[in-house]
Formats: sequence, C-alpha cells, structure tokens
Amino acid sequence: MKPQEPGVSPGGLASATLPRAGWNPLASIAAFARKTGVIAELEVRKLRHDPTELVARAIQPALWLLVFGQVFSRVRAIPTGDLRYLDFMAPGILAQSVLFIAIFYGIAIIWERDLGIVQKFLVSPTPRAALVLGKALSAGVRALAQAVIVYALALLLGVKLRWNPLDLLGVVCAILLGAAFFSTLSLIIACIVKTRERFMGIGQILTMPLFFASNAIYPIAIMPNWLQVISRANPLTYEVDALRALMVIGGKSSYGAGLDLAVLLLATSALVIVAARLYPNVAR
Amino acid sequence: MCILKTEALTRCFGALKAVDAVSLAVEAGEVFGLLGPNGAGKTTVIKMLTTLLPPTSGKASVGGLDVVRRASDVRRIIGYVPQMLSADGTLTGYENLLIFTKLYDLPRAERKPRVQKALELLGLTEAADRLVRTYSGGMIRRLEIAQSILHEPKVLFLDEPTIGLDPLAREAVWDRMRQLRTDFGATILLTTHYMDEADDLCDRVAIMHQGSVRAVGAPDELKKGIGGDGATLEQVFAHYAGASVASESGGSYRETSRTRRVARRLG
Repeated sequence: MKPQEPGVSPGGLASATLPRAGWNPLASIAAFARKTGVIAELEVRKLRHDPTELVARAIQPALWLLVFGQVFSRVRAIPTGDLRYLDFMAPGILAQSVLFIAIFYGIAIIWERDLGIVQKFLVSPTPRAALVLGKALSAGVRALAQAVIVYALALLLGVKLRWNPLDLLGVVCAILLGAAFFSTLSLIIACIVKTRERFMGIGQILTMPLFFASNAIYPIAIMPNWLQVISRANPLTYEVDALRALMVIGGKSSYGAGLDLAVLLLATSALVIVAARLYPNVAR
Repeated sequence: MCILKTEALTRCFGALKAVDAVSLAVEAGEVFGLLGPNGAGKTTVIKMLTTLLPPTSGKASVGGLDVVRRASDVRRIIGYVPQMLSADGTLTGYENLLIFTKLYDLPRAERKPRVQKALELLGLTEAADRLVRTYSGGMIRRLEIAQSILHEPKVLFLDEPTIGLDPLAREAVWDRMRQLRTDFGATILLTTHYMDEADDLCDRVAIMHQGSVRAVGAPDELKKGIGGDGATLEQVFAHYAGASVASESGGSYRETSRTRRVARRLG
C-alpha cells in the first residue's frame, strides 16, 4: 500500500492560511513547475557556494579529449567520413561527461536520506514528481556547467564548433534531457538498492557498458550486429546523435536531432513517473 | 479538542511488529511525549503520522485529516524535525529557510518576514548568512526547528530533538521549545529517551516498549500511579516496561551507527 499520489494537485487545501479553492489544472501545473524550480534552485545555490566540484569534474573529459582523442586522431583507425576524429568524438565526450555526472546522482539521495533531508522534503506539500524532476533539472544544471568546459577544450583543440544560437539551444536541450534521463535512472536505482555500497557497485557496472555500447567514440556501423542492437536501445546514442548534428560543423545525425530529442523526452518522462512512485520508498 | 488521533495503528516490517496497535489522542496545544528506548517504535509512529510511511493497519488522523487518504493535505498542516541533522550544510541558514518558505507556498511578500521571525525566535539572526556547516550542533537543531515552523503548522513533530547535544545546547533547545509553545500555541509531539526531558517539557507522555503503548498520562500522575512520592519517570518507565531504559539496548546496528553519526556531526 502506498500513500496515493504522485503529482497531486495542491489545489484542495485544508490549511488555515489558505482558503479552499476549486481544483484548477492551470494553477496546479504552475505550482508543479514552481516547486520543480525550487528544488533546482537549491542546487544552483549549493554550486554557487562551492564551485570546486565543477573544476574537479573537468579533468576526465580533458583526459579523453587530449589523450585518447589526440592519439586516435593520428591512428585513423575509426572511419568517421569527412569529419576529423576529434570533431567526431567531441560530442561523444560531452555526452559522456553528462552521463558520468548524472549516473551517480542518485547517491546524493541516499546521502540526503541518511541526513534526513529527503524526509523533510517528503513531508512538505511538494508533489513527488516535482521532487524527482527538480533533481533531474539540478543534474542538468551541473551538466551545463560541464558543457561549458567541454566546449572550451574543444575550441582549444581546434574542433569546428557551431555557434548558431538555435544549434546552441538544441545542445542545451539535449544536455538537459540526457542529464535528466540518466539522473532519474540513477534515482530509481538508489530507491531500489537503498545503500551507498550497493549503489556504487551498480553505478560502476552500468557506466562503461552505457558508454561503450553507444556511438560516443565510434560509429554504430562498425559494431558487430548484437552490439548495434544494444546501441540503438541505448538513450545515450540518441543524445550523442543529436549533439553530433548540433555541436560540430560537418557532424551528421543518423536519426535527425528532432527525433533524438523526442526519444529522450519520452524516455525521461516514463522514468520520472516511475521514480515519483518509488521515491517515497527511500525514506522508509 | 483532539487534534491528533490514532486507532490501533500498526506497522510491520516483515515478521517484526515495529508498532503494535497504538491508540493515542492528543489535545490541541498539548506537548505530548513518546517515551521509550531505541527500537521501541517511536520513530515509526512519527513516520506514519508525518505521511512518510503507510500503516500496515489501523488509522491515524492529524487535524481531522486521515494520514493516508488525505496525505497531501496533512503535509500542509504539520512540521517535522527528523532525528538526523537535516539542515543542508552547504547552504546558509537563511537559504535553508527561504527554500522551505517556497516549498510551503508562502506568498512572496511573506517569505522574508517569516524567515526573519523564525530566525529571531530560535536565536539565529546573527548566524543567518553563515554556511550551516560552520554551525554548532545546537544551532543546527535550532535552525531545523525554525525550518519546521515557517508555515505555522498545527502540529509539530520532533523526533529525538536533543539527541547528541551537550547539556548546554539541550537546555537552549528546551528553552526555545517552551517559548514556541507559549508564543505560538502549536501542538507538539516529540519522542525522546531522555526521561528528564520528557518530565520537563511534556504535558503528557506515552510510554512505549517493544512497539506498544504501556501507559499514558501526565508525568506526575504516572509517578503517583506507581506509588512513590519521590518516584522518577525513570522508575515509572521501569515499572511499565519491565526494564530500565539504560539496560534496554534495542535498535539495530544501522540505527545505532546512524545515531553515532548524528552525535559526531553535532560535535
């Protein structure tokens, strides 16, 4: 048995301070969006107080681009068409750093559960789905900070980047959706396993397969068939595919950026619904 | 007027009955204490009343609202301070409060005055703009109480509010709680395993042991009930629970390590 509601409208109130109002869908949606924003605001405030984490996070993509990218550019082992290998992999590395930030995001929930923070949020009149989506958006904020760093590195390495505002907007959407998807997946895992140790184990098991079974650093076409199938089911592939078209000049999308974003949006929505159901479990 | 009521409230975890048919009625304006050693089921009762945990069977209502069926309405009229230190160390005291005024839908114009008032009431005005991780344990606890009263709840739940605090900090938290009660008239339900705390603060207490309530009444009544003039609440507890609080170790490994961690953070 569960307390009945993710996404309950805060319309019907019994509080002394607020008069009982008729249920108003627009007001509910506005309240939902506002609460989601508050959870994300919390994250932005934290980052403002202590931005060191963002700097530490920059090391990994830097290594991939500077070492792996440079070397493989010289080897010319991977067929990337007219595109220089570095230009090909830059969107992949951006997607990878978004993945790495997001996939361990769930551990924060376990940590916050142990501190009693989660309990306090759950006791407040905040729809569960807003708590989940707020966390997803928070991961997106961190991922965007990461994107700035990857762009800077790419620029430094002479990757030909697109600066068209519409393309940049597309990149922002792809990153937010990618971060939202993987952080919500991470949250679901955290709600199920409930302890840090088990979570870290599963996180580590997941990360590399997600990364390697995608088009991040080589095209799907050169994979064996079975891996192609897995790659096509991997949301990271769609994130990379969209980024490749939107981020670098000459980058080609296999499915079309629009379809990529739609796939990510759909997959994320489904996960948010599941996570909103599971979220209260973490405090039990 | 009865503001909080439970009827045969029960919660099982697998084969373990953590809370066994607890029936309580708390009057508006009362400070009510749930007493018992670790593992007696106090926290589980609080979790059910604060909508965190659905009961296995039985019923509970707060302000006349059923905690399962009207969970989201109940959340608007309660405040909750969990046992663990739940203020966010990476934010300032002010920010910790501001975020909660937003989560509780306080109108924009009211947010600042409410935060200021809560800071003042809990004696934290000076420290408002410092990061919470620089606070002492007692200050964090007071900040959390401030956080829980911003929306002027009808019922305030405090789970082991002074656990791990040194005597001075405990005294300060008690003072603020007494003040809250007079200024504010809220009903307070707290859990504790410190008998002196219960004696000092509570109008009535319920003695819990192994999931069930063994006795309910005003501390003085209960003391008289077991016949001693000079009886302490400690003795009352031993009388009803058949064990002393001290000798009852109770509580899982996880719970104990968590308590220790809280104590360490509180320094």
